[in-house]
Amino acid sequence: MPETTQLTAVDPTAWTCPVALRDHPRVVMGHGGGGALSAELVQHIFAPAFGGETLSQLGDSAAVSLGGVRMAFSTDSYVVRPLFFPGGSIGDLAVNGTVNDLAMSGARPAYLSCGFILEEGVEMSVVARVAETLGAAARRAGVEVVTGDTKVVESGHGDGVFINTAGIGLIPSGVDIRPQRVVPGDVVIVSGDIGVHGVAIMSVREGLEFGVEIESDCAALGGLVDAMLAVTQDLHVLRDPTRGGLAAALNEIAVASGAGVVIQEGDVPVPPAVANACAILGLDPLYVANEGKLVAFVPREHADAVLGAMRAHPLGANARVIGEAVEEHPGMVVARTGLGGTRVVDLPIGEQLPRIC
Amino acid sequence: MKYLDEFQDPDLARRLLDDIHSVVTRPWALMEVCGGQTHTIIRHGIDQLLPDQVELIHGPGCPVCVTPLEVIDKALEIASRPGVIFCSFGDMLRVPGTGRDLFQVRGEGGDVRVVYSPLDALHIAQQNPDREVVFFGIGFETTAPPNAMTVYQARKLGIKNFSLLVSHVRVPPAIKAIMESPNCRVQGFLAAGHVCSVMGVGEYPDLADRYRVPIVVTGFEPLDILEGVRRTVLQLERGEHTVDNAYPRAVRPEGNPAAQAMLADVFEGTDRAWRGIGVIPDSGWRLSSRYRDFDAEHRFSVGDIDTREPAECRSGEVLQGLLKPNECAAFGTTCTPRNPLGATMVSSEGACAAYYLYRRLDITTAPLEASPVA
Repeated sequence: MPETTQLTAVDPTAWTCPVALRDHPRVVMGHGGGGALSAELVQHIFAPAFGGETLSQLGDSAAVSLGGVRMAFSTDSYVVRPLFFPGGSIGDLAVNGTVNDLAMSGARPAYLSCGFILEEGVEMSVVARVAETLGAAARRAGVEVVTGDTKVVESGHGDGVFINTAGIGLIPSGVDIRPQRVVPGDVVIVSGDIGVHGVAIMSVREGLEFGVEIESDCAALGGLVDAMLAVTQDLHVLRDPTRGGLAAALNEIAVASGAGVVIQEGDVPVPPAVANACAILGLDPLYVANEGKLVAFVPREHADAVLGAMRAHPLGANARVIGEAVEEHPGMVVARTGLGGTRVVDLPIGEQLPRIC
Repeated sequence: MKYLDEFQDPDLARRLLDDIHSVVTRPWALMEVCGGQTHTIIRHGIDQLLPDQVELIHGPGCPVCVTPLEVIDKALEIASRPGVIFCSFGDMLRVPGTGRDLFQVRGEGGDVRVVYSPLDALHIAQQNPDREVVFFGIGFETTAPPNAMTVYQARKLGIKNFSLLVSHVRVPPAIKAIMESPNCRVQGFLAAGHVCSVMGVGEYPDLADRYRVPIVVTGFEPLDILEGVRRTVLQLERGEHTVDNAYPRAVRPEGNPAAQAMLADVFEGTDRAWRGIGVIPDSGWRLSSRYRDFDAEHRFSVGDIDTREPAECRSGEVLQGLLKPNECAAFGTTCTPRNPLGATMVSSEGACAAYYLYRRLDITTAPLEASPVA
């Protein structure tokens, strides 16, 4: 046994398996969970196969130029169950998710495509209701659905309704939002309560009741980003912490920027209902999905003004500073606990699993 | 529902820490029995805040970690069979068997489902009369009563297509085994509060007397842990060794008699293998002969399982408190949550997972500057 019990710093990059996906010869659910398994799937299979400089940036949306115009381009697929949940539907998600991916690069979302994959036997009234909510969400977000596609798969080969949306928007001149711009000293801001969407979905999907109804925070964030950009165009990073939650978003930014991130756990806004649900299930709110929140890395000198602008917007009323970028532990996220200790906040592997007791 | 904040209050925690610092005069080694307590300790950085003389040793109380590889492999074998719906709590799905886990079985086409209660599995059995539904019944005295109740219900309702793959274990025999280990350094125990809420504290006075160790029944929130440590250290400093209940809001001395009666009806005592530790006499439960029809091992004849533990995994020593996770050569190199050698690295209550997730980086505990903006 070693003489010392002192923990030593270990190089996180040395832990990556050198052989692509050697321990998962088949796809498992975690490959879609937005954590380490998802990242490996993209890095080892998709990115090498597709190639390309723009794709290698691996942002939520791609920043591209066409005819001298800078645009953001993004796509996402929606396989949520149930199709309708407290606070939203798959239609709302299909619009807001893609709109938010565009907004996180500072783009003004403009046009969406919409592909439906329907399962044989699903009721037409359900399809109509989903379409209605999708259309209404697009109008609220100020985007237009301009093209689409429909496929039907045999009964038992789908989950009722799957939707894919792609979106395109213009990036205003002078706006350059990407993780590589993060520098130590940047202030980390979240736009509001964390973990709400994931707990709302769990409460209906798994038949769990937590004493109070929790509604999804599903919302389009283009207006909030506009309000922030009106204060300063010098925002370094924006990210909507969806699958994998705030923890995954912060880790992706830390790795891509090479900065360390420190958050004050007690400053992260977690509603009591979410905290209690997570305590019951053994989940960490930092890893639970959100759909209408963003996390921003902002130069310290602009932080007060940006925070003020966010709080003046309905979707940022509960915006809070939760931490900062630091020079120490590059690529890693560390939380100061409420009691004064510290802990690493890691990238989740796949999905969080409720514990046994 | 409002009860979390009170038990995570930084001011109260500071007062308890001050108390502990003021009473400690020499080194003490305490074992927190439960993996849930281990995670609270590491997640909140409690081990960093205690006096250097107070060493917390992580105990064997992670139900996922101590489930023998042989049982995991039996679960994988049963779950792979056509016509079977295999139901489990979530955190068993990623535990490695010999070569694969339940997630991979699902990826290969097995019908593996996560449930939140064994009664959900029984419900699935009612809805699927042409399928065999198996529930993975593992864990300590906490999960055993609902599993017993489910089997009782299945028989009462005449449900024939439901069975339990059972590997239940009990805490007191494990404490006995730890204290009788020649390398034992444990001087006091933080007993697992939820176990005592079921079984009461009646099994503990004999252990405290026999091994001259204080046993303090302890909860799971940060203040619970600190109060448990404070009371244990006070006893040690005074030379006492009694059973003390520091978790009275959940634990009555007699426990839960209804749950105990259900256990006595459905289960019977048996020797049980603990992963990484070995067989501990009379440390487990199995279905009693009256309920043998509901035993998945009998129903599926999974006797010929080829089980191979990775040679370099030292989780047994971790589970006995003989080795800190980061003292293992494989920790963070060949063994990670992404590629675990043993269950202690993958379970949500495992000590190795706690160290990997929360303590990989040894950084200063100096307070941050005040938040830069309001």
